[in-house]
Amino acid sequence: MQFGLLSVLIWLPIAAGILVLLLGERNIRAGRWVALVAALATFAISILAYTGFRTGTADFQFVERMAWIPSLHATYYLGLDGITLPLVLLTTFMTIPVVIAAWTVIEQRPAQYYAAFLVMEGLMIGVFSAMDSLLFYFFWEAMLIPMFLIIGIWGGPRRVYATIKFFLYTFLGSVLMLAALIYMYVQAGDYSIAAFQRLPLTLMEQRWIFLAFLLAFAVKVPMWPVHTWLPDAHVEAPTGGSVILAAIMLKMGGYGFLRFSLPITPDASHELVWLVVGMSLIAVVYIGFVAMVQADMKKLIAYSSIAHMGFVTLGSFMIYSIVANTGSLKGAVLGVDGAMVQMISHGLVSGALFLCVGVLYDRLHSREISTYGGVVNVMPKFAALMVFFCMANAGLPGTSGFVGEFMVIIAAFKASFWYSFFAALTLILGAAYTLWMVKRVVFGPVANAKVASLTDMNGRESLVLGVLAVAVLLLGLYPAPLLNIMEASVHHLVTQAVHSKLPL
Amino acid sequence: MLDTTLTWAGVSPAVGEIFLAFAICLVLLVDVFAGPRNRVTPTLTLLSLVVCAALLVSVGSVGVRTELFNGLYVADPVSWVLKLAALLFVAVTLVYSRGYMDARGTSRGEYYVLALTALLGIFVLASANSLLTVYIGVELLALSVYAMVAFDRDNGIAAEAAMKYFVLGAIASGVLLYGMSIVYGITGTLALDDLATRLVSPTPGAVLGLAFIVVAVAFKLGAVPFHMWLPDVYEGAPSNVTLFIATAPKIAYFALALRLLAHGLSGVSGEWTAMLAPLAVLTLILGNVVAIAQTSLKRMLAYSAIGNVGFILLGFVTGTAAGYGASLYYTLVYVLATLGAFGVMLLLTQKGFEADKLDDYKGLYSRDPLLALVMMAMMFSTAGVPPFVGFWAKLSILQQLWATGHVWLVIIGALVSVIGAFYYLRIVKLMYFDAPAVGKPLPEWQPGVRLAVGVNGLAVLLLGVLPAPLLSLCSQLLH
Repeated sequence: MQFGLLSVLIWLPIAAGILVLLLGERNIRAGRWVALVAALATFAISILAYTGFRTGTADFQFVERMAWIPSLHATYYLGLDGITLPLVLLTTFMTIPVVIAAWTVIEQRPAQYYAAFLVMEGLMIGVFSAMDSLLFYFFWEAMLIPMFLIIGIWGGPRRVYATIKFFLYTFLGSVLMLAALIYMYVQAGDYSIAAFQRLPLTLMEQRWIFLAFLLAFAVKVPMWPVHTWLPDAHVEAPTGGSVILAAIMLKMGGYGFLRFSLPITPDASHELVWLVVGMSLIAVVYIGFVAMVQADMKKLIAYSSIAHMGFVTLGSFMIYSIVANTGSLKGAVLGVDGAMVQMISHGLVSGALFLCVGVLYDRLHSREISTYGGVVNVMPKFAALMVFFCMANAGLPGTSGFVGEFMVIIAAFKASFWYSFFAALTLILGAAYTLWMVKRVVFGPVANAKVASLTDMNGRESLVLGVLAVAVLLLGLYPAPLLNIMEASVHHLVTQAVHSKLPL
Repeated sequence: MLDTTLTWAGVSPAVGEIFLAFAICLVLLVDVFAGPRNRVTPTLTLLSLVVCAALLVSVGSVGVRTELFNGLYVADPVSWVLKLAALLFVAVTLVYSRGYMDARGTSRGEYYVLALTALLGIFVLASANSLLTVYIGVELLALSVYAMVAFDRDNGIAAEAAMKYFVLGAIASGVLLYGMSIVYGITGTLALDDLATRLVSPTPGAVLGLAFIVVAVAFKLGAVPFHMWLPDVYEGAPSNVTLFIATAPKIAYFALALRLLAHGLSGVSGEWTAMLAPLAVLTLILGNVVAIAQTSLKRMLAYSAIGNVGFILLGFVTGTAAGYGASLYYTLVYVLATLGAFGVMLLLTQKGFEADKLDDYKGLYSRDPLLALVMMAMMFSTAGVPPFVGFWAKLSILQQLWATGHVWLVIIGALVSVIGAFYYLRIVKLMYFDAPAVGKPLPEWQPGVRLAVGVNGLAVLLLGVLPAPLLSLCSQLLH
């Protein structure tokens, strides 16, 4: 197979990143344009993938397979299905605002900043499109390096602590996953994910593999109680870092559950569903309360991310109860669909909220809620958009935030009343912490002289947030195209997930 | 009946050793006439390494295992690759250390002669097929290295390190010899091939001899609890000598374990793998944990060396050819990354400034981006993070452990690499996140060495993105 579309998607941004790095800090004017053009080109190419994608089939498309490491039976094996295409689109889309948002804001080593983000974009697309587990792990781990540098170089005062915590936490999760992958390779003789999905495993094997995966993916999502790195990392990361972290990196955990845990260890997933659902509900409820008391806007959004990602894991795992209760796959498909929509929506909304905080931070260099108050009086355009994104975060109907949450809650009713009861609490909690923040930051009288001196968004900022607002609205009003893409793959996934690997 | 005729065809696989022996004499003589601190000796030494490599490639390669000199010596694809690797590593070492010695006026001919004799020792070990040859190789290498450590004779710390190294090394040699003599007493043979067929039952005497041999191998590699000499020697020796000790001899000691344990004592592999397993675990844990507490880069790299030896031993614990292949790969990859790290360190030094404290690396990025980038690649590689080649080394070892059912060793190996990641990250943190330390001299611009260090860094990245050739080479060699 020749060099295909997905390879271009992966290597174009990486090559552009290296080019920007080689151009150096002295040619940063050219470097910025290279970065922007590369980000736009990558997005355009991913649109080609979208238009060329055949819906109605769970088969992988745009498949590329080349020999990579023959002695390990690992291949350079790429492909997209209905689950990964939306995530790839999200990645290519969200990199653009990150590049634009940094345009004049990053003053320290901007060439490296752009290079790090472009390289990371390529690696993240690699994670989503890899069909060989060793290739997946390669991208998955390699991504830590640029993120480590992004937080450590451009972050806030406690950046070193935050970035080392981030790295070690995720590294710990990953090495055990690697051990599980190698174990399965020794059994299957092949590193391809499809081979692992077919591999018959006893319940005991599945349990251990499931737990290794759980650690790796739960850290990435992050799920309670291994979420503690996220608020630190978010608070200390520069705006772009927070956006990528929230919008895409967290999705890798959710994606991992869908691609690895459910199909490879279906029986262990079934057996340990109480564990994951319990952790998810704690995330939704407990972390919701934690978010409420935050004094730092970025921390608040970070905790809200954890709560929202709880919906993703809840939607993915409650399928077992739904199938047991209703005897059909329909409700389960709804739950996983909801989880996917929630991931995409959260990617857009949380990314946008971090950009909003970035707009304020660039002006007053404070993320404290108490610094602000009455921003609407001096920045009306900004206030309108910020309120809109906060509404989306709280799940207002008409925004993308509503669609995912609603689908998961509806599906949860078929699983158990209590699941849906606790999940629905988020509608109250989410509204409470988000709107309370809006009230304190945006509304009211102008709090102090600093706020009074604020200037409204410039064209660059308006463009970025405006485009995101359109995306959030579109997805909220008309999610059908997204659901269409996912339909067949999600159905296939649910079938795999409920099909026991144990001999009867 | 001993075959005493000597034909060219009969010795041609040993062309590397023969040439090196001549080259040593030549360099020694030329150096005497060229006078102190001449420019001829280093060039001549490098030239002879290049010629040696050319000879090895053109004449010295063998498709199949060939025994020479009545079975004392064996030439096979493994030894061929080990020798070429050692040649490359020694050559790079000499390139990296030239500027360091020039600046300090320690660029004496003896260093080059000793490097060549040490290399000859490595060659002999790589091709050893008898207990006698093994011992000659070990001693030739060890004595050359003792002298190198003591090279800077006015320096008290270096002299102390040399003394420690020599005394402890002599004990280890004695232990090795004692173990060999027991094994010889039981089997009545010195030939490793015969040993492999005769020593098949773990009688108490055999186990006793084996224990002594394992201890000696562990000492040479620097495995816990026989690691005490390593940090002191790394720290005390002049940095160019530390670079030498930390790189090419690892190949030799891999060969020692391969020839002696994996081949000669393969009949009792169950026993020695059981002895190595706890040593490997202790080595992994102690090396990685203690490295965290270091403030000197040389000591940190010393403990990192100990931790990495643990992984190399894990490959031997599997007791399978594939496991030894993984160890070989790990050794080559580890040495490559160590070369780069020391290369950066040597480039940063100046007369009176050793760049051996961790704090010397603060803000290195803003002072010298290339060196910081290479150092970062080396650190991430040794930590086992893709896309750098060190990841594949760890993967190979873990995979062989899984294949042989060593569940706990897999888990320990995985967890220990997380601990290890911490102190490698700290170097990156110092270089990239911290403000540059004031008053540190800017490194001298040595274009040739910089290029070499850059290529070294690129190799670590490229071998990581496309690991197939080296990986399959290592697994085929020992199949």
